[in-house]
Amino acid sequence: MPEALLEVRGLAKNFGALRATDDVDLEISEGETHAIIGPNGAGKTTLISQFAGDLRPDAGRIRFAGEDITLLDAPQRARRGFARSFQITSVYRDFSALDNVALAVQAHAGHSFRFWHPAREERALRGPARAVLEEVGLGARAGVLAANLAHGEQRQLEVAMALATRPRLLLLDEPVAGMGLEESQRMVQFLSGLKGRQTIILVEHDMDAVFSLADRISVLVYGRIIASGRPEEVRANPEVRRAYLGEDA
Amino acid sequence: MTWGLVFEQSLNGLQYGVMLFLMAAGLTLVFGIMNLVNLAHGSLYMMGAYFAVAATQWTGNYLAGVALGLVATLMVGMLVEVVALRTLYERDHLDQVLATFGLILFFNELVAILWGRAALYTSLPSWLQGHIDLFTGSRYPLYRAAVIVVGLVVAALLWYVVTRTRLGMLIRAGASNRTMVGALGVNIKLLYTIVFGAGAALAGLAGLMAGPIYSVQPGMGELILIQVFVVIVIGGIGSIRGALVGAVIVGVVDTLGRAFLKPLLGHVISPTAAESAGPALASMMIYLLMAVVLAVRPAGLFPARG
Amino acid sequence: MRKPLIFWGLLVVALVALPPLAAKLGQPFYIDLVRRIMILAIAAVSLNLILGYGGLVSFGHAAYLGVGAYAVGILGFYGISNGWVHLLVAVAVSALVAAAIGAVSIRTSGIYFIMITLAFTQMLYYLGISLAEFGGDDGMRLKAKSQFAGLVDLRDPVQFYYLALGVMLLFVYLTYRIVNSRFGMVLQASKSNEARSRAIGFSPYPYRLAAFVIAGAMCGVAGALYANHTNYITPGLMSWHQSGELMFMVILGGMATAAGPVLGTFALLLIEEVLKGWTQYWQVVLGPLLVLSVIFFKRGLAGLLQ
Repeated sequence: MPEALLEVRGLAKNFGALRATDDVDLEISEGETHAIIGPNGAGKTTLISQFAGDLRPDAGRIRFAGEDITLLDAPQRARRGFARSFQITSVYRDFSALDNVALAVQAHAGHSFRFWHPAREERALRGPARAVLEEVGLGARAGVLAANLAHGEQRQLEVAMALATRPRLLLLDEPVAGMGLEESQRMVQFLSGLKGRQTIILVEHDMDAVFSLADRISVLVYGRIIASGRPEEVRANPEVRRAYLGEDA
Repeated sequence: MTWGLVFEQSLNGLQYGVMLFLMAAGLTLVFGIMNLVNLAHGSLYMMGAYFAVAATQWTGNYLAGVALGLVATLMVGMLVEVVALRTLYERDHLDQVLATFGLILFFNELVAILWGRAALYTSLPSWLQGHIDLFTGSRYPLYRAAVIVVGLVVAALLWYVVTRTRLGMLIRAGASNRTMVGALGVNIKLLYTIVFGAGAALAGLAGLMAGPIYSVQPGMGELILIQVFVVIVIGGIGSIRGALVGAVIVGVVDTLGRAFLKPLLGHVISPTAAESAGPALASMMIYLLMAVVLAVRPAGLFPARG
Repeated sequence: MRKPLIFWGLLVVALVALPPLAAKLGQPFYIDLVRRIMILAIAAVSLNLILGYGGLVSFGHAAYLGVGAYAVGILGFYGISNGWVHLLVAVAVSALVAAAIGAVSIRTSGIYFIMITLAFTQMLYYLGISLAEFGGDDGMRLKAKSQFAGLVDLRDPVQFYYLALGVMLLFVYLTYRIVNSRFGMVLQASKSNEARSRAIGFSPYPYRLAAFVIAGAMCGVAGALYANHTNYITPGLMSWHQSGELMFMVILGGMATAAGPVLGTFALLLIEEVLKGWTQYWQVVLGPLLVLSVIFFKRGLAGLLQ
């Protein structure tokens, strides 16, 4: 069996007496789409933040492509191939959509201690940025200020920025949150197009999205993973049904 | 340089520290709870000094002057809060800095118009003049000792209010998580006004106590304000305990540094070099101390927020 | 989009035409006045790089005015009057001081950053006061202006004027190129959304520190020019008051453009000149004006052009 791309062992994070992350083990293979679900307050965002490097765990280890990255911060992980979208849309509101994606491209296209040449005229940045915008369906909105984009378009922009960094691992925190039915379906369709080519960890509430995208699902309750496996297995798991899906075992 | 002298200067350091604490306590709460950078806090200190002098002259009685001065400063503080600062709570720090900077210019000049630019003469009542005898055998100014006592009493009172009363609990909660306190249904506006008023009163008290020791003149607030900032950075924002610890440390380090660094240096390097290096280094000491603390604890020694 | 360009073009023409015009009208005072404004505008333009584009509320930028000025003064004191040496030392020392202060300060943010930058500048201010050989509190006279053999004679008011104008335009252009470069984009992005920047792989610290050093060095040049302009160097140049004024110059002009601070400097200093003509207590009017401008006038003068 190939070595897992992301290997998490014994991850724990406490806030005072609260165990937000309680001894979590996880293995994600390359090319896998892995969904993390759980009731509100289960600690999903805390978990993602620890994967992304925004939060340092109190215990445990995270290995990425064989390297121990537990102590690396977010920018360092991003440079090693992590990309993430945020639960609450986080783009550069005062920049155009194209500028947003071009910045993501720039972060991985050589160093940025260049003080003279206008970045907006660098074809090596603009070209790939336009391509990614086209890919997610925002090609026509490239020149629009991010603040003026519709909510759903902003979430598309987040995904575009994540893809523009040519990531090895995509962390998507509720990518369809706040989207209408049609928009969600388009996003899910787009994400399913990425399956196999990208390794994706997906935090989501939308069960349709989860079951159509995920190769494997982990269920997080009170910081613990109570079940992990293929969608059919998780669906049938009595503990999961009790804790999360609300059905009697 | 005798031990008696060191002890006396340490007392001076404690006295200065106590005044720094009175300023820092109000300011750090305003920072912590209302997220407001208020540069005009020094102006309230200045108004306290001026009001007390004016009221003492008017009534002919020192204690009446002190009481009236405090009340007047409190009222000016509340007025400033309602008129100018309320609009700033929602603005970013840059706007707050600039607006309160404008207030400083206004108050300094207002004071100059009313009382002139020269330092004011302040007199002490006879019962506060004179010296007390220290156990070391030397004598210490009674007034400075009184300042230390008053300061420590106020510190104890503050400690009691903050740790033992419901209001204090709200203050501590607000300092560590402002939005939460609001969400719990507490009357935020009233809490803000109380906190700001208390801070103004403390600043006014520090100012009127400072009058007889340092000079009462326009701009006196800003000189001490920056040192108060150092206290808060060292102690941690939003923390009364941090303000006390920071204030005593800064007060003692600064005073002892100014008193003894030059002669100490004179033993190590030549006395003539120490003549200029001594005062230069002494004036830089607390800022270097601040840099060291920051390197080790970027959020200060006792930050209110986790 | 043509409106702003026309406006700036006219402004440059007006500035170029001022000296002959003033000479014709027999009012050489205006050459002096506008020259002083332009030199301070250079300082404001440098502050805009870190404040407007970088989002770093540095309340200590006047420190580099002082460093640049004292570099010229101290070198002159020891008989060195070569202008190129003056400039080199002013830039180098300013950059070093900025690197030292920045390295410690930029690790912090928010209220801490404001207070720390203010504290360090105050430290330099006290250092300036305590250096008795260089005048201490009273400051020092400039022994000789910077000599740029053959190129330009700073003793000629008009030549000096055009030099200041040239440097100001050059620095505006430099700022414009820097903020639109890759480096500038990262700086602006970190201000716009720090979490997002970290998520795509940019650590804000090195970029902010570099910007801080560049801004400090640019301001050092302004300081060197200022010393030549006033022929007198005092520690007051590094005061918190001067830092606050610099911030207002940036704000009043509008932070979104490289040239905005020029407008802001003209606006602030011309208003001050008018007020000074009315009353010696002009700050009592200026203070509230500044407060009102912060509360109501967010986008600055350059924003009016858009």
